[in-house]
Amino acid sequence: MAEHLLEPESSRRGFVNWFLGLSGVAFFLSAVYPLSRYLVPPQVAESTAGTVTLSIKPGDVKANSGQIFKFGNRPAILVRTPAGELRAFSAICTHLNCTVQYRTDLSRIWCACHNGHYDLNGKNVEGPPPRPLDAYVVNARGNQIVVRKST
Amino acid sequence: MEGGTERHGKLWTWLDQRVGLKDLEKLARKKEIPVHRHTLWYYLGGMTLLLFIMQVTTGILLLLYYRPSAEEAFESIQFLMAEVQFGWLFRSLHAWAANLMIFTLFVHLFSVLLLKAYRPPREVTWFSGVALMGLAMGFGFTGYLLPWNELAYFATKVGTEITSAVPVMGPFLGRLLKGGDDVTGATLTRFYGIHVAILPAAATALIGLHLYLVQKHGMSVPPAVEGRREETRRMPFVPNFLLREIVGWLVALAVLAALAAYYPAELGRKADPFLPAPAGIKPEWYFMFMFQTLKYLPSHILGIEGEIVGILGFGLGGFFLLLIPLLDRRTARGQPSRLFTWIGIAIILYMMLFTVLGYMASATT
Repeated sequence: MAEHLLEPESSRRGFVNWFLGLSGVAFFLSAVYPLSRYLVPPQVAESTAGTVTLSIKPGDVKANSGQIFKFGNRPAILVRTPAGELRAFSAICTHLNCTVQYRTDLSRIWCACHNGHYDLNGKNVEGPPPRPLDAYVVNARGNQIVVRKST
Repeated sequence: MEGGTERHGKLWTWLDQRVGLKDLEKLARKKEIPVHRHTLWYYLGGMTLLLFIMQVTTGILLLLYYRPSAEEAFESIQFLMAEVQFGWLFRSLHAWAANLMIFTLFVHLFSVLLLKAYRPPREVTWFSGVALMGLAMGFGFTGYLLPWNELAYFATKVGTEITSAVPVMGPFLGRLLKGGDDVTGATLTRFYGIHVAILPAAATALIGLHLYLVQKHGMSVPPAVEGRREETRRMPFVPNFLLREIVGWLVALAVLAALAAYYPAELGRKADPFLPAPAGIKPEWYFMFMFQTLKYLPSHILGIEGEIVGILGFGLGGFFLLLIPLLDRRTARGQPSRLFTWIGIAIILYMMLFTVLGYMASATT
C-alpha cells in the first residue's frame, strides 16, 4: 500500500500498459476469429444414397473384368470374378485415396499410385494399403444391376 | 565516394539530392565476395532468384488466359497452347523454370549445408532458406493441379490425403486445403489462390529477409578456407561478381529457352474423378523420393499404418533440416564437425537413390 502511494506514476503506467495490451489482444482475436471461420469450408451435405442402379446390363459384364461406376459422388468398382460372380467395392484406395482399377492379368484390384493390391474380396494383400476396400452388396435383377451399401 | 557528384551527370546529381543515390552506390561498392576454391557455389542463390523472377513474370502472363474452375481450367490451357500465339512458349517456360528453380534451390541449400555456412551468426539466414524451400515445394504442389488434368488430379488426391493422414490436426488441415471433403473444383480455386497470391506474398517477404541477412553478414567463408593462414582474396561485388553472375543467368536463360522449345509442357487428359488412376502415375521429380519411399513401406509398421510412419518421418526429417544450425554445436564452436558433413551426404544420397529408383521401377508391379 505504501509502495503504491510512493509510486503513483509507475502503477498508473502499469495499468495503462496492461489495458493497452488487453485491447491489443482483443483486437487481434476479433480479426482472427472471422478470418479462421472464413477459411474453413462449409459442410456440404453428403450424398446419402444407399442404393444405386447401374446403367450396365449384367450380361455385358465379362468374366475377369472390372469397371468404375458412380456411387453417390464417389467412385466404386464393379467386378466380375473369373468364376462369374459379380462383386462391388468402393474404388477409393485405403492407402492415399487414389482410384483403383481391375487388373485382368492378375485378377486383382490394383492401385496405380503406390502399387497396392487387393484380392477379389477387396482384402489388401500386397503393397502399402492398410485396410480392405469397403464392400457393397450386388444384386442382378433381370436386366439390372443394383448395388447397395452393406449394413 | 568524395567527389562522386562530379563523376556523374546532372540527372544523377538531381536524383541523388532527392533519392539518395550516393548511399546506394556506397552500399554496392562496399560488398565484396571472397575468392577461394568454393566460390562457384555463391552463384547458385542468385541463379535461384533469377528463376523466381522468371516465374513471377511468366506466371503473370499465364494469368491473362487461365480460368480457375473445374469446368474451364483444362480448356483454357488447351486454348492457350493451341490458339494463343506463343502461349505454348510462356507455359513451357513457366513449367521448366519451376523445375530448374527447385533444382538450383536444392543445390544451393546442400552447398550451404556441406560448407557449413549456416553457423553463427547466419542461423536465421538458414531458417529463412529452409522456409523458402518449403514455399517452393508448395508452389510446385499447388501449381501442378491448375491444368486440371488426370495426373494433377491424382497427385493432388495423394498429396492432400497425406496431409489428412497426419495424426490429430490432419483431417482438419486436409479439409482446409481441399476446400471440402474431396478434391473438387473448390480445391482448384483454393490452390489457385494459394499459388498466385498467398505463396508469392510470403515468398517475396522471405526473400527480402534472406537477401537482407546475406547483405548484413556478407558471404560465409567455409571453415576449411577460413582456417588457412593466408588471408582470403576478395573481389568486388560490383562489377566483378555481378558480371560473372550475369553470364550464369544468360546460360540459364539459354538452357530454359532450349528446354521450352524442344520439350514443351504437355497437357495430358482432362481430370475425371470417375476414371481409375492411370498406370505409371508419378509426381514431379522433387517429390519422387518421398513417393517412392511410401511405395516401399509395408501396410503396418509396429502396429501403426505404414504411411503415417512415412509421413511423420518426412515431417521430422524436415524439422531436423531446419534445426541443423542449432543442433550442430561443434561447427558453432568453430570445431570440425564430420558428423554433420556425413548427415548432409547421407541426405543427398538417399534423395538421389530413391529418385532414381522411382524412375527405374516398373509401373505395374
